[in-house]
Amino acid sequence: MNNKLGRLTGGLALALYAGLASAGYQINFQPPVTRIASEIYDLHMLMMYVILVIFCVVFGVMFYSIYAHRKSVGHKAAQFHENTTVEIIWTVIPFLILVGMAWPATKTLIAFKDTSNPDITIKATGYQWKWGYDYLKGEGEGVGFLSALSTPQDQIHNQKPKDEHYLLEVDNPLVVPVGKKIRVLTTANDVIHSFWVPAFGIKQDAIPGFVRDTWFRADKEGTYRGQCAELCGKDHGFMPIVVQVVSAEKYTQWVAEQKKKASAAAEDPNKQWTPAELQAKGEKVYAANCAACHQPTGKGMPPAFPALDGSKIATGPKAGHIERVLNGKPGTAMAAFGKQLSDTDIAAVITYERNAWGNKTGDMVQPAEVKAARGK
Amino acid sequence: MSAVIDTHGHGHTDHDGHEHHPSGLMRWVTTTNHKDIGTMYLWFSFTMLLIGGVLALTIRAELFEPGLQIVNPEFFNQLTTMHGLIMVFGAIMPAFVGFANWQIPLMIGAPDMAFARMNNWSFWLLPVAALLLISSFFVPGGAPAAGWTIYAPLSLQMGPGMDLGIFALHIMGASSIMGSINIITTILNMRAPGMTLMKMPMFVWTWLITAYLLIAVMPVLAGAITMTLTDRHFGTSFFNAAGGGDPVMFQHIFWFFGHPEVYIMILPAFGIISQVIPAFARKPLFGYASMVYATSSIAILSFIVWAHHMFTVGLPTAGLLFFMYATMLIAVPTGVKVFNWLATMWQGSMTFETPMLFAVGFIFVFTMGGFTGLMLAIMPVDVQMQDTYYVVAHFHYVLVAGSLFAIFAGTYFWIPKWTGIMYDETLGKWHFWLSLVFFNVTFFPMHFLGLAGMPRRIPDYASQFTEFNQIASVGAFGFGLTQLLFLYIVLKCSVLRKGEKAPARPWEGADTLEWTHLPSPAPYHSFHEQPEVK
Repeated sequence: MNNKLGRLTGGLALALYAGLASAGYQINFQPPVTRIASEIYDLHMLMMYVILVIFCVVFGVMFYSIYAHRKSVGHKAAQFHENTTVEIIWTVIPFLILVGMAWPATKTLIAFKDTSNPDITIKATGYQWKWGYDYLKGEGEGVGFLSALSTPQDQIHNQKPKDEHYLLEVDNPLVVPVGKKIRVLTTANDVIHSFWVPAFGIKQDAIPGFVRDTWFRADKEGTYRGQCAELCGKDHGFMPIVVQVVSAEKYTQWVAEQKKKASAAAEDPNKQWTPAELQAKGEKVYAANCAACHQPTGKGMPPAFPALDGSKIATGPKAGHIERVLNGKPGTAMAAFGKQLSDTDIAAVITYERNAWGNKTGDMVQPAEVKAARGK
Repeated sequence: MSAVIDTHGHGHTDHDGHEHHPSGLMRWVTTTNHKDIGTMYLWFSFTMLLIGGVLALTIRAELFEPGLQIVNPEFFNQLTTMHGLIMVFGAIMPAFVGFANWQIPLMIGAPDMAFARMNNWSFWLLPVAALLLISSFFVPGGAPAAGWTIYAPLSLQMGPGMDLGIFALHIMGASSIMGSINIITTILNMRAPGMTLMKMPMFVWTWLITAYLLIAVMPVLAGAITMTLTDRHFGTSFFNAAGGGDPVMFQHIFWFFGHPEVYIMILPAFGIISQVIPAFARKPLFGYASMVYATSSIAILSFIVWAHHMFTVGLPTAGLLFFMYATMLIAVPTGVKVFNWLATMWQGSMTFETPMLFAVGFIFVFTMGGFTGLMLAIMPVDVQMQDTYYVVAHFHYVLVAGSLFAIFAGTYFWIPKWTGIMYDETLGKWHFWLSLVFFNVTFFPMHFLGLAGMPRRIPDYASQFTEFNQIASVGAFGFGLTQLLFLYIVLKCSVLRKGEKAPARPWEGADTLEWTHLPSPAPYHSFHEQPEVK
């Protein structure tokens, strides 16, 4: 019996220990990979120790008092009160502790804000709900792409087991070279987002109509994951940030690949597409950009996200449909996709929407028509 | 609480029953009696606490596991937003106004509040506002889903639910301003002869300061949400960059209201604790004058720290330094208050009835919220914690373990005076211990979640956050259910009227006027003749 109990507690303790040791019970910041992030880590630890000491002293006094100065143990109440000396002491000592904390904090803060002399400048644009990256200056200048969640919907809806980086994986990660100072300019297309990579110790709000900046210099190669940190609507929880830090050579290689891809993707805007080609491409564009709100079934989630299946716009004149996709609908979550997607993508997705589900307009939109509509 | 109803309704003649007022429902609609109005405030806020609590439990149920199980992301955002709005404006603030209504006249020896009819009006605005707010769930597009901070431009994307929310906030703001004018006038003009300002009970002091804060900042909130309203419907561009506006300006205005608002929700709690601790330590408050000065300093500092909520919007270095230093300074007067409570306990002759348990629990757990507040004040550290579960943990430590525990302490402390019946001490202690344990089970793991990198306001999370979320969800359900025990304890005193009869002064160390000059329950009309205070 005793033996059994012993084994049981032993097993439980072991399970608890294993549980605590697993990543699931992480109780501190992620391991820092930039100087700023490790300064923040140290600052937090320093404060933690100071706070623990204060905690022990203050509550040591309180619990001793609770133990000793009780009526039930016969303690008689003293009647002292008001003592200016004591008041001054417990005002001045905390103040001095605060000054001690403010000193290292100030140093880190000033380093944190110093975005001067970057090696590479990247603009991160927040969209509802993905990130756009444009390499503005330094090696890789001209590269630009969108980066969206790549976790499949059926994992989110519990129809398939979740993979290792559930919700923290994207189709096109941000790639930067190790050891280089990267300045990130943040802005947004619709509402406020926030660019946050915990391992780098940076978080910078991305504000529509304004450009803000932050910087990092990653000391270690690897893949680092963060998330949008400012509530930005329905899919706020589904717009992660993934940064791959690679060696200088690999980075050069990556830039070359990106440029090659870009020139290959530059399609002839005057090419005439067949309806089948447009619909096939359109279905993919729809899945990546539209399905989150309007749903793969085209039924939407009325009233916030109207159905496209049978909608007036998707079955009405082409011009109105093109206009809505290009310019969005101000005051709603319907974004102006003209800024995000190419003429071909827009033409394809509109063709798809006009011929999918119950919509049977039988017409199609060529990239040239979208291009013409952009000017208006 | 409804003891007052009963003594009156049953036609007892042992009080000055020479007034004629309606009975039944109309009595409550038309009442101008501070005790009736206080009672209504308290029941209203408890109702809102339960509604807000149900929303919170739905959130915790969804977050029990990764993946979407119970609600979809839009509705999740509506839940977090409405939970915040209902708890802040519906539960915590009205509860303290309820205490003010009941206790301020009793503690300063006044017959009633200064503006009795306005008092009725400021209460009856609240149910109307609450109905507007809650009805937003049923309009197309649902309730506001931009967070309780309703940041522009996200708030500009919402459906008509946002407009209902804005109107509800306007009405609640008007109610708060009227309540504050009433409280200030009552305190400044209707104190018993001999009660100088520096002889007022601490609870009255903290409410005097709070009322000034309310009058200063509620109009600022009204301005912010009115601009949001005109941006939404009348083509203005205050917060719309495309029209030349600035989304960040909304945050500055909102937090200029929002930070003093935080102290509006905690200063009256400090007041309650400052009454309870001396009563159960049987020893005067250690530093009365320094408590008054500390409270005033906190109130004044609250106007110059708002941008610490905005450390990641990209403020200039000098601005960041200023707001960081100013925020750290708040630790000094807050520390003074905690040290004073400890010095009051020291060498006392303490007993630990439920009010004292909640007061000591308050000091212990609220101070932890204070520590994390100090951590968040350090701008570089805050960058990692902003908009994570660390912040969620922090403000629940100060708002639940702070404000709510103080409300519980105050209720147990004064309910004998309100109803004339002692609450059930055993059940009260159970309520305390269960609340304390479940509170920590719920919110302590959230610190770890935040540090490890879990953002707040997300309906679904990466798998490594599962374990702590599960612990938090279990704790939340425990905490929520425990509050039904509180409901039962209060009903037992007020409606069922079971329990021992309370003496005029059930607490040996309590020495303010309501204990020394009035029977329990306090008669419907008290202090027709003001007592002399020496």
